[in-house]
Amino acid sequence: MERIESLLRKHPFLSGLSDEEIRFLAGCAANRRFSPGDLLFREGDEASAFYLLREGRVALEVNVPGRGPLQLQSCGEGEVVGWAWLFPPYRWQLDARAVEPVAALAFDGRCLREKMEQDHDLGYALAKLMLYEVYQRLLNVRLQRLDLYGNEP
Amino acid sequence: MSAVASGPWTPTPLPIRGVTRETRDTFTFALDAPADGFRFAPGQFNMLYVFGVGEVPISVSGDPARPERLLHTVRAVGAVTRAMCALRRGKSIGVRGPFGHGWPLDEARGRDVLVVAGGLGLAPLRPAIYHLLRHRERYGRVAILYGARSPGELLYRRELERWCARREVEARVIVDRAGPGWAGPVGAVPSLLARVKVPPGSTVAMVCGPEVMMRFTVRDLERLGVARERIFVSLERDMKCGLGLCGHCQLGPHFVCKDGPVLRYDRVAELIHVREV
Repeated sequence: MERIESLLRKHPFLSGLSDEEIRFLAGCAANRRFSPGDLLFREGDEASAFYLLREGRVALEVNVPGRGPLQLQSCGEGEVVGWAWLFPPYRWQLDARAVEPVAALAFDGRCLREKMEQDHDLGYALAKLMLYEVYQRLLNVRLQRLDLYGNEP
Repeated sequence: MSAVASGPWTPTPLPIRGVTRETRDTFTFALDAPADGFRFAPGQFNMLYVFGVGEVPISVSGDPARPERLLHTVRAVGAVTRAMCALRRGKSIGVRGPFGHGWPLDEARGRDVLVVAGGLGLAPLRPAIYHLLRHRERYGRVAILYGARSPGELLYRRELERWCARREVEARVIVDRAGPGWAGPVGAVPSLLARVKVPPGSTVAMVCGPEVMMRFTVRDLERLGVARERIFVSLERDMKCGLGLCGHCQLGPHFVCKDGPVLRYDRVAELIHVREV
């Protein structure tokens, strides 16, 4: 547990949380490793985990019939992957595939939801961190969608 | 700083020595430099004239330490650049320049340097990258982040691979969209900032690309703690004379052709958001 706590403390996503909050959350987290090609999760499966990436890169993909997997975005060290564990019906909407050897801290989604309900201050702090991350993603997706490089002189 | 012999108003015809196709619509022209070479500062631009068609401002994209090789990378998007991209070896292009102020390579000595390029914005930064790599010992950490629309639209692919393979520089490439053959990151170029170590107190950032991409990048740099005084952007406006006289490229108190194209962000931050200028 000590090692998980120390890894959680080092991850930038949780840098705003106190030692006490990290200790409280550590019981929900496990260290996971994935080889290139492994799926962290697959569209349609139960969304049961929230991943904090420590090393490596993960491609977020959607499978298009006749075209195969289409990569929408990639996430790397220091970033987080997976939001669907937070909202009913708790099903993944995308595939997440390791494209490099990946080391991640995986939170059990149900356990994390329960902790956030038990301690609303912690729940609010985590919700703000998640909202900020989603806001950053939204801005970047907007920038991608602008297709800026296609028309520049 | 030497200019071509005929002075700032008269284009000097320089023969095309070679043309390299970079992408579907983007070409790099190697021009025969004058006998004493063509000296320029990384980030400066020339006015290139296609005889009988018109003149456009194009950044020098070659190595400042090789003044005998004058390179410009041009995308065929308008009447002049389309005509230019149809020219081949042996034809001539009229050259006036070099004009403007370039990247703050002296100011960045002893500091960490972050280079962020989007699309064709890598071309004006390439001379600065050559300089940084040649004088690596003068700088702290050097990181190069480059984003393009798709893998097929990456400029200077072989050089990118070499930069990515070098240990003394952290180079990362990202694309907006990728097919199955692409193993690199996918997303917007500012998202790479989270993946490099940018000590905010010591970093000088040099940013070039479409203006919206630069605004998003600067926002994230500021969020990471990089001061506006140490962020430099290369702006593009309607440059005509190149000498700060005609006023076409005026941005508030600045003439982009003379005071820029590279400008310190704190000096233009407010002006960039004024839509009327």
